[in-house]
Amino acid sequence: MGFRFHQYQVVGRALPTESVEHPKIYRMKLWATNDVRAKSKFWYFLRKLKKVKKSVGQVLAINEIYEKNPTIIKNYGIWLRYQSRTGYHNMYKEFRDTTLNGAVEQMYCEMASRHRVRAPCIQIIKTATVPDELCKRENTKQFHSKDIKFPMVFRKVRPPTRKLKTTYKASKPNLFM
Amino acid sequence: MVFNKFVEIGRVVFINYGPDYGKLAVIIDVVDQNRALVDGPSVNRHQLVFKRMTLTPLKMSISRCPRRGTLLKAWEKDEVESKWSSTSFAKKIAKQQSRASLTDFGRFQVLMARKQKAFQLKKELSQLKKAKQ
Repeated sequence: MGFRFHQYQVVGRALPTESVEHPKIYRMKLWATNDVRAKSKFWYFLRKLKKVKKSVGQVLAINEIYEKNPTIIKNYGIWLRYQSRTGYHNMYKEFRDTTLNGAVEQMYCEMASRHRVRAPCIQIIKTATVPDELCKRENTKQFHSKDIKFPMVFRKVRPPTRKLKTTYKASKPNLFM
Repeated sequence: MVFNKFVEIGRVVFINYGPDYGKLAVIIDVVDQNRALVDGPSVNRHQLVFKRMTLTPLKMSISRCPRRGTLLKAWEKDEVESKWSSTSFAKKIAKQQSRASLTDFGRFQVLMARKQKAFQLKKELSQLKKAKQ
């Protein structure tokens, strides 16, 4: 599965000068579509947080971070800040997924649908893997039970590939299976 | 309208879309309202959206997210493959596949066999009708 947003770790610092031979090194984990954008985002955040900017700084390393256990379902909590039409808001959201990148992807989609927020207007403050008992949202809690059981309603028989898809059908589909 | 097949842990599913088309898998955990984690002897453990699966009447007795080895043993123990091949769903698919793999001569043989069958049926029917009169 290809993710739109990848997690990167960017390490950078201000350029050494005569007065400061060993400037402080900063490391940031962030999401971006590619490493070039990750570096750009790194400088954007760093110049807001610290007195370091790109023209007098250097990136020491950039690595992509991959999921350690991509076959285990986790609850991901995402703290974010976003710009709406009226102002800035903070928000906490929970998603269930096997990878953090998947959860971040879900978050971007949900922000677009529920709040009409475009991707560049979102800043991810923090993410965490939340244990079941600390989850806050009903939508994640309802999937925690091991005795979970629900029917699949309103099902359509789909053609096995996109090629065999037709717009017009001779008969009405049977939605109950 | 009563539902008798449910999304639950241990439900055997038939994958009806995508690269794993036609394979069997089992639901080992539910991610959210759209996706489940599935695993099986011929598929890797991965997330699968409910749209890409069909629930089968089979259910395995497994706990949530077993190890792959445990799952494969349970698969053997529950005789999923043999139970699956005896369902009408599997039979229909097997029939479709065997029909699709026929050559021109094979299709001709089917034609003749069907004719024979119809002939025999008609014969029996007319005899029964006569016996009734």
